[in-house]
Amino acid sequence: MGMKFFGASVLRKEDPALLTGKGRYVDDVKLPGMLHAAFVRSTYAHARIKSIDTSAALALPGVVAVLTHDDLPEPMRSRRLPLYVPHPAIKQTFMPWVLAKDETCFAGEAIAIVIAQSRYLAEDGAALVEVDYDVLPASIDPREAIVDGAPLAQQGAVNNIVTQVPVKIGDTDKAFAQAAHVFREQFALHRGGPFFLECRGVVADWDAGTEQLTVHASSQGSHRFKRTFIDLLDLADNQVRVITNDVGGGFGPKGSFYVEYGALAAATMVVGKPVKWIEDRRENFVATQQERDQYWDMEVAVDENAKLLGLRGRLVHDGGAYVTWGLVLPWIAATSVIGPYVLPNYQLELIVAMTNKITCSPVRGAGRPQGCFVMERMMDRIAQELGLDRAEVRRRNFIQPDQFPYKVGLIFRDGRPVTYDSGDYPKSQQMALDHMDWENFRAKQEAALKQGRYIGIGLSNAVEGTGLGPYEGATIRISTSGKIVVFTGATPQGQSHKTTLAQIAADHLGVSYEDVSVVTADTATIPFGMGTFASRTAVNAGSSVHLAAIEVREKIKKIASELLEVSPDDLELKDGAVEVRGVPGMRKTFRELAYNAVGLYGFSMKADRDPGLEATSYFKPEQSTYANSCHVAEVEVDIETGHVKVTRVLVNHDCGNVINPMIVEGQIVGGVAHGVGNALFEKLLFDESGQPLTTSFADYLLPMATDVPHVETLHTETPSPLNPIGVKGAGEGGTIAVIAAIISAVEDALRPFNVRIAQMPVSPETIVQLVLDAKGRQ
Amino acid sequence: MKPAPFAYHDPTTIGEAVALLAQHENARPLAGGQSLVPMMNFRYATPDHLVDLNGVEALRGLEVGARISFGAMTRQRDVEFSGDLAQACPILIDALRHVGHRQTRNRGTIGGSLCHLDPAAETPAMMMLHDAVLTAQSAEGSRELAMGDFALGFMTSALEPGELLTRISFEPWAKTHGWGFEEYARRHGDFAIASAGVLLTLDARGAVSRLAMVIGGLAPAPARLSDFEAQAVGAAPDDDFIKAAAHAASSVEAMDDAHVSAAYRQHLASILSARALRRALAHARERSLQHA
Amino acid sequence: MPDTRKITVTVNGQRHEAEVESRLLLADFLRHTLDLTGTHVGCEHGVCGACTVMVDGHSARSCLMFAVQANGKSITTIEGLAQADGKLSILQEAFQNNHGLQCGFCTPGMLITLSEHLRDNPDPTEAELREVLTGNLCRCTGYQAIVAAGLDAAAKLRASKAEHA
Repeated sequence: MGMKFFGASVLRKEDPALLTGKGRYVDDVKLPGMLHAAFVRSTYAHARIKSIDTSAALALPGVVAVLTHDDLPEPMRSRRLPLYVPHPAIKQTFMPWVLAKDETCFAGEAIAIVIAQSRYLAEDGAALVEVDYDVLPASIDPREAIVDGAPLAQQGAVNNIVTQVPVKIGDTDKAFAQAAHVFREQFALHRGGPFFLECRGVVADWDAGTEQLTVHASSQGSHRFKRTFIDLLDLADNQVRVITNDVGGGFGPKGSFYVEYGALAAATMVVGKPVKWIEDRRENFVATQQERDQYWDMEVAVDENAKLLGLRGRLVHDGGAYVTWGLVLPWIAATSVIGPYVLPNYQLELIVAMTNKITCSPVRGAGRPQGCFVMERMMDRIAQELGLDRAEVRRRNFIQPDQFPYKVGLIFRDGRPVTYDSGDYPKSQQMALDHMDWENFRAKQEAALKQGRYIGIGLSNAVEGTGLGPYEGATIRISTSGKIVVFTGATPQGQSHKTTLAQIAADHLGVSYEDVSVVTADTATIPFGMGTFASRTAVNAGSSVHLAAIEVREKIKKIASELLEVSPDDLELKDGAVEVRGVPGMRKTFRELAYNAVGLYGFSMKADRDPGLEATSYFKPEQSTYANSCHVAEVEVDIETGHVKVTRVLVNHDCGNVINPMIVEGQIVGGVAHGVGNALFEKLLFDESGQPLTTSFADYLLPMATDVPHVETLHTETPSPLNPIGVKGAGEGGTIAVIAAIISAVEDALRPFNVRIAQMPVSPETIVQLVLDAKGRQ
Repeated sequence: MKPAPFAYHDPTTIGEAVALLAQHENARPLAGGQSLVPMMNFRYATPDHLVDLNGVEALRGLEVGARISFGAMTRQRDVEFSGDLAQACPILIDALRHVGHRQTRNRGTIGGSLCHLDPAAETPAMMMLHDAVLTAQSAEGSRELAMGDFALGFMTSALEPGELLTRISFEPWAKTHGWGFEEYARRHGDFAIASAGVLLTLDARGAVSRLAMVIGGLAPAPARLSDFEAQAVGAAPDDDFIKAAAHAASSVEAMDDAHVSAAYRQHLASILSARALRRALAHARERSLQHA
Repeated sequence: MPDTRKITVTVNGQRHEAEVESRLLLADFLRHTLDLTGTHVGCEHGVCGACTVMVDGHSARSCLMFAVQANGKSITTIEGLAQADGKLSILQEAFQNNHGLQCGFCTPGMLITLSEHLRDNPDPTEAELREVLTGNLCRCTGYQAIVAAGLDAAAKLRASKAEHA
């Protein structure tokens, strides 16, 4: 069967509604009698709650109820949020209460919920709630938090160490003893938050008659939310339905279940009316999870030919106040360090610190940018120290195409050994270098320098574990109207799944992708789902759609073959019908077949038939599939102001087979912009007491249209052998390697000053300081 | 982020507006709203009465003649697109293009920006540079203030409670003047970390005959380099002169905050003032030739 | 008692009368009083631009205006951009053709900003478009496809004008 839509840049099915204001985001939900909520949040990073006085708020006309922890329904009141990614190495499992019980562990933690006739009145009420605190000492810097005697971030903790685990390949000490060169670098790596344009939000509606909770949520996985409501309230499966319609960006942190959602369920149950809460931007800065800080103290050992012998050191990861994501993020970072290189020996002491800051969550890239940054900066350092071209050092260390499947020697976050499935890293880099005319950049650079302009070029490679398990599912049903619907637990936030999943199904069913509706993230339509994170949907949901579509196709052929009395092999699907090849008149429409497939009232069903023209498939990948990229960036630095202009970025990306090139291109380019933010702009600041200092878009700088370059892309397509459609994830690859490439380019532009940069982001002030210091030395 | 309740007033004359301000406790005038409304949404500002000036006809109007005069409610976009101003006072257009974005300049006003007095804002710096005269009116009457006396400190103007800024004016510089405006902000439209504005005229020999320099973003209010300006008259604008100007600019006392240090602000002031001065000199030389 | 006003506002050519509280933001009035939810609220402090609407022909942040200030004014929102027969406008179509939107949340502001700019500047450069778009944040697209859509729409609008001239 030819692929008509798989691989084509068809226009998005999502667009007509979104372009005319007919999107349905959570704040667009309006239910009869709906009330509105606002939260009272901790003003301290760490405090004991002595008392809460809600009387003034309750006295305000329009305020319907105020709930604190004590007012929560059981069993929610006696349960902390569940930890969904446990790991035996996690020594202390602190999870938050729905509404702080007697202690607040970060500034912004929810303490009480005010329910009122309007959001305006709810905020008036929240301002009148008086919380009496006993301020406790706080731990803010993760490096200080893990030292003996540091203030405990949680009362009752043994110390501030969530986990301390060794990561090990080979015999690193031996490798270092034999090394020709050893270089040390200390990295301070900051990543900001997600800062999706649509803040979080929930509308919760408890029907006391049917005892059912319906929740509309802006999420990355409605099934995860359903499961948490069930766990917090001991409800049966039929009692919770979570619906996620359009989502205004997620980037990771919308995948978490937050205490506010529990509080909204409590609120609707207590007041007996639907309640809406839409996070405002100030709340978003203090209560939506962020990725923030990692500190790496690393040494690299190489032989006289610049071949890697070993890498060792320590990683301190700032996990924030609660351990919601456990070991996930630093573990991904630790395993992503290796990238496309042969690293025979590796040893890392990985420490996750608890601090009195917002809980840390994966953000687009999820630790991979940091791992990539460490290795790629080390590669540049080796080149600098040994007087080699930066690309050449990488060339000497690449895993070669004939080494796949390549076992790295570590266990990945999916629980399976890191085994790269496919790729061609040397070719990927060479294509990128050729495109950017890498060899001739030095001449351009020297010419620019003569005019007083400082331009630089940098490169960076990454390998990215994508398509993580355990599964995603799809049900495909053709109703008696002949219309085709795909139901899936995948929960898009801009990734265009309603288009790409339709493309996959359409080819198998012989229809246009426009004839396939895709319903995502409504828990009433498919029993299980994991949601959209970790660049996993094309692999998991895509493969499920592929398998289910084939099953439906075979069912169609089977029924038609019986009705038309021909062999199924003689049938082909075309334009919403199935017909006998070469006999145009001999056909049955999907409508007729679906009608037949549901059975006749009162009549017996054929023994070998299940009802309905439908099939469900859950694709369960045996392990992650590994995408890769090579990024090359060019910059111009104004050494007087420190301003960095990213002038050119090229991404050569390999995500296996491409379902829709236009959409993959969009993911890559958008991902680069996120990386530009991480390299140059985005930084969350806290003062010494743990007060967040970046709480608006005036303080926290997202890249604007003038800050991001025109991004060029190349695609290498190395199909993955690990799933039936040969795809790998594409959502994060744009971001991961671009940060290191930009910093490499900045360092290159500043070659006359011989500076080294081991941090992200790098601010103009830092650049000016580096230049002034260098001039002082010269 | 919803504003606290307030009573709304929409006067149509200056008299009504100042009467309302006099009459009500905790009343605030609302101009373009591009700074006040965010503060109200954050509830950093919680006026009980809001006196909306958008319907007061007499506060509008931009005149370009022997003096350049702005009604306080002149929108930034009206300045930006004024052909007369582009001729008479091009630096104002250059500076205004750094103010916020298209959508905020469509609403934001000259008077509103002056009264908000953000230390890094372009409009106060420009008025300081031009020695603007401001008219303030209250229920008791009106008075005139020099811009230097208007900017008292960090986001604090000399307006008394109940007083309304109604008009701003200054004398344009000679047609042969040179101008230069430079600022550095991390992103387009952000408040500058530092800015420098320069106006100058040259005499027939090419020496400086008049100079005005203003530095924004460093001190609580934009700062004129008065001592340097006075010494500059008669000087030859060579590299040493520019160096001295840059030095004077970097000597302005600077604030620091969580994002940038005072030292970096001063460093930028020195860089930007030199760039602005060079630009102004180039313009002045070009214009002298044109008018010669 | 809340301070309220009776206002008359024309939105996308249709007249609306309503009694509103003085503090009601224009964005909330459009979204929740008139149920025109196409205008989005992203920051409520005038930076992100998602709430941008046209007020008497000029783009403005609807989170920085009170509904009472819109009394007597004419407003255009994303719901008013399509052609009379309901077909996508040239600019909307250019957004779809160039993949100028992903999550769609910034899109209403982007469309309004570009509508104004292309009306006033029919032949913009890429740099001009990037500058005017600094008033609108997008976290998904990296702006590239939005800029491409703007340039594409400008060319088509010029062609269509020339045809009708």
